Amino acid sequence: MADKKVMITVRKAPHGSIYVHEAIEVMFIVASYGMNLSVVFMDDGVMALKQGQDTKELGIKGFMASIGALVDFEVENVYVDKQSMLDRNLSEDDLVVIGEDEDTEEPIKPSVIDADDIKRMMAEQDSLISF
Amino acid sequence: MLHTVNKSPFSHNALESCLRFINEGDVVLLTEDGVLAAMAETSKSSMVKGVLANHKVYALQADLKARSVDALIEGVEVIDYDGWVKLLEEHQTHAWL
Repeated sequence: MADKKVMITVRKAPHGSIYVHEAIEVMFIVASYGMNLSVVFMDDGVMALKQGQDTKELGIKGFMASIGALVDFEVENVYVDKQSMLDRNLSEDDLVVIGEDEDTEEPIKPSVIDADDIKRMMAEQDSLISF
Repeated sequence: MLHTVNKSPFSHNALESCLRFINEGDVVLLTEDGVLAAMAETSKSSMVKGVLANHKVYALQADLKARSVDALIEGVEVIDYDGWVKLLEEHQTHAWL
């Protein structure tokens, strides 16, 4: 199973539905099986990676803690669709940190890539799970 | 790859996004409210015709019938559940939810 390539795509905005929350749960599950996992945030999904989300007044915990621990739990290949970010006036600086480099302790952010890169990656997968 | 689209193109961008990420040789299946994209002569028809130039586009019969969608864009192929299973045998699926 370890050699299986799995991609999780997230296209839903955070907090208006349970989709992003569920997607993160599934990321941790897939990673725990040691599968070759890629995660792509696109369309409104990119909003889930915006820094500074404060859900206190919604009375929910949110998932910023989970996002910040993605790399720790071996969800390392996290990508964001460039066009979706442009459409929403987001820059790389707006993105959350998903972990830090083991050696240098440098913060790690999701990688911004374009539709052609994503298309190519999609075609290589054994399985895709979409949210 | 089989791209399934189950949202209306008149209220969601699922189909549009699908088209941004579709590869050569990929096919599209319209299901649920997604079948509204198959209707002839709508404001979204040109988008679907554009896809048809390079890809097969299928629409699920049960969903078409349920919505009384009978005037279809030429080239859209109507399939039943068995047809869907056949597509599943040939392709990985990505669902544009």
